[in-house]
Amino acid sequence: MSIVVDAISKSYKSLKALNNISFDVKESELFGLIGPDGAGKTTLFRVLVTLLFADEGKATVAGFDLVKDYKTIRESVGYMPGKFSLYQDLTVEENLKFFATIFGTTIEENYELIEDIYVQIEPFKNRRAGKLSGGMKQKLALCCALIHKPTVLFLDEPTTGVDPVSRKEFWDMIKRLQLKGITILVSTPYMDEAALCDRIALIQDGNILQIDTPAAIIKKYPKLIYNVRADNMYQLIQSLKLYEHSHSVYPFGEFVHYTDKRTNFNPDHLKLYLTEKLLSNITVEITEPTIEDAFMELAK
Amino acid sequence: MKRFRGFIIKEFYHIFRDKRSLFILFGMPIAQILLFGFAITNEINNVDIAVLDHSKDATSEEIINKISASSYFSIDQFIEREFDIETVFKQGKIKAVLNIEKDFSKKLIKESKAELLIITDATDPNTANTIYNYVTAILQNYQQSKNRNITTPYQITPQTRMVYNPELKSVFMFVPGVMTIILMLVSAMMTSISITREKELGTMEILLVSPLKPFQVIVGKVVPYIFLSVINAIVIVVLSIFIFKMPVEGSLFLLGLESVLFIITALALGILISTIATTQQTAMMISLMGLMLPVILLSGFIFPIASMPLILQIISNIVPAKWFIIIIKGIMLKGVGLQFIWKETLILLGMTVFFIGLSVKKYKIRLE
Amino acid sequence: MEDNKVIEVKGLTKMFGDFTAVNAITFDVKKGEIFGFLGANGAGKTTAMKMLIGISKPTAGEAKVAGFDVASEAEDIKKNIGYMSQKFALYDDLTVKENITFFGGIYGLTRARIKEKTNELIEELGLQHHTDKLVGSLPLGWKQKIAFSVSLLHEPKIVFLDEPTGGVDPITRRQFWEMIYKSANKGTTIFVTTHYMDEAEYCDRVSIMVNGKVEALDTPKRLKEQFNAETMNDVFLKLARG
Repeated sequence: MSIVVDAISKSYKSLKALNNISFDVKESELFGLIGPDGAGKTTLFRVLVTLLFADEGKATVAGFDLVKDYKTIRESVGYMPGKFSLYQDLTVEENLKFFATIFGTTIEENYELIEDIYVQIEPFKNRRAGKLSGGMKQKLALCCALIHKPTVLFLDEPTTGVDPVSRKEFWDMIKRLQLKGITILVSTPYMDEAALCDRIALIQDGNILQIDTPAAIIKKYPKLIYNVRADNMYQLIQSLKLYEHSHSVYPFGEFVHYTDKRTNFNPDHLKLYLTEKLLSNITVEITEPTIEDAFMELAK
Repeated sequence: MKRFRGFIIKEFYHIFRDKRSLFILFGMPIAQILLFGFAITNEINNVDIAVLDHSKDATSEEIINKISASSYFSIDQFIEREFDIETVFKQGKIKAVLNIEKDFSKKLIKESKAELLIITDATDPNTANTIYNYVTAILQNYQQSKNRNITTPYQITPQTRMVYNPELKSVFMFVPGVMTIILMLVSAMMTSISITREKELGTMEILLVSPLKPFQVIVGKVVPYIFLSVINAIVIVVLSIFIFKMPVEGSLFLLGLESVLFIITALALGILISTIATTQQTAMMISLMGLMLPVILLSGFIFPIASMPLILQIISNIVPAKWFIIIIKGIMLKGVGLQFIWKETLILLGMTVFFIGLSVKKYKIRLE
Repeated sequence: MEDNKVIEVKGLTKMFGDFTAVNAITFDVKKGEIFGFLGANGAGKTTAMKMLIGISKPTAGEAKVAGFDVASEAEDIKKNIGYMSQKFALYDDLTVKENITFFGGIYGLTRARIKEKTNELIEELGLQHHTDKLVGSLPLGWKQKIAFSVSLLHEPKIVFLDEPTGGVDPITRRQFWEMIYKSANKGTTIFVTTHYMDEAEYCDRVSIMVNGKVEALDTPKRLKEQFNAETMNDVFLKLARG
């Protein structure tokens, strides 16, 4: 086990940021911590990289105890905090060189680890970090976190606020890193990124809702979801909410994900009801649940 | 060692790429010194005085001429009556009245003494004092020149001499003081924002999760500023010597060493503030307000410490500036060597070690 | 100007020196429409929006918002639109009530009207027990909903939302969008920029800017068909890759 978390709790004054969190991460696993702002993701990361003390519980990272061996942990993990803490007034190369130096290594020594990432920003190596686009900052921050060849990588919301193309590229890069034997713990508020992980933990308000592979979580979803569509989205939502048998009504793009209280119900009844509500062009079809559906159901 | 070096290099980049800190570091001190030197002067020039000459004889005329010949005074008017003295002061322009008694020459020859009253407007006590001193100096000069060829019965004339600063040039008082203030403020301000900036930008997190030890971070942040503050100090001394004609009686080398010591003390104090403050603004406020006032009031720069109530005197002992002013005045104006200022030097050294030690201790290795 | 169009943009251009940030874009937005304005950072999205809300002068081209010209009648535009952004919406150190009163005042509402609207808003959002709490102490999701309502205090024809939903949880985000739907249903036009491609799916029509130009403009459904993509995210990726 690369990371073992055992009943960790942490409070800030009256707010319980982490409530009895337990999970573990296998070696070379790509583990996702999925949850919105305020769920406790950053707090958990900070505890695991030894930046914060937990109030209760214990954990080991790469086999080292959080409290007793924090110095060793700090030498063996790579940490990319949210908002990519880079030195804005240093160039790309200077940033990388700095981080290599303070970890007692050089850029050349572990270059092959970051090579395919760095070549994308190498043309800008003399540009100040502050002047890079979001996607490039992301890549640079990742390189800086990897330069000392860590065994465990902590990436705190690395794709937040970055354009979709860079987001996709980033996940491709992480997957390749996984192949090189690095354990990766990523946090993200984007539910669609959850599907890219080996296993995920859904977290909300300091509590873990569920831990499993994305596929298993979807399979565990307790109800049938129907994609409902009509001409007027607003009316549709209102009508569905008023329907006496409705369990959950959530807009999902051009559709509404609808679940019914009853275990088997006839969608035609629903269609009839909606027609009575003066909606037109109604379609009701079964659809696959997504991680987001699972999250909302668990968070309810 | 390599890690340490890498850290210092980074700090240098930050300093040179931040135009604001460069301005504060170099521009402000020079501006201040020039301002202080030229504007705030205790010297007098062309002070308007009035003369009430009851004698109107040869001697009084000579004295009046001597006084008006000097650039310090300008005889604005002659008044005829005692009554006019108050009027003329009330008008405001006249700062002093010279009241020469009747039969001045006669009395001087017959009794070997004559009286001359100098009335000064003491609403500004400093100027009044200076006027009195200058007039007295001119008179003594005159006396000496007159007495040269006369054998007189032992005339014991109390003389005052202002040692080490005979012309009471205010510049001599101000330059060491201003130098102290500037070095103190600039150094402390710069380092105080140094750590807080990392906290604000979020890069502190990564520094923490790295093998860098607290001691390396703290000392690494102080070192670049030492170099720059030393350059500052040199510029200030050069300006003082060449523009204000301030003498440096003692060893320039010793002055340099002591300055470096004081700079390090100030930088260390700044770093200490930095470990406590959470935002750059707070850090700047603390270093500006929290340090400036004690330095100006309690360092002996303007107000002599010996005249203060006992409690303040005791408090002034913890103000590093106080010790440095003693050192710097000693070297620049008195020309003393280390043997006279070793105590103060040791105190500064001790303070530096204390500040750095405390900073290292307070440097949080975690985020709480 | 056609009755139906609340925003008309023709050849709108913005240049900074040699650099063309917005390159002669042309499009319309209909009344009551939820219009998604998408694009990567640096594509010109923010610059274009700044021109539409009257805080930046175009270099060339023209645009009319709520019937007013963006170049010459910017002040009138500001009076007729609502604006909310993620970076700033409400004052954290004022209470809910104080914020509403303040912004109501800025929009020129009478005291009586402000009182009316305050009660409405509190009722609708269920904030009866929280009116005197500092906004900074409230969860992000609530702040967003309040901010949105505040931007509607003066019942503007168009509301500009600049990346309005941050990292809130999916449920809260949907509640926010339901508020948007309700508004649009009443006839308010919603002009929204977002990073969340799934939110693009909520819009009636979507435009995607790439390098200063509008490279796609249609309903999400038709865009997905056109680019043979399953989600708007995929549409975006295909478009950006070129």
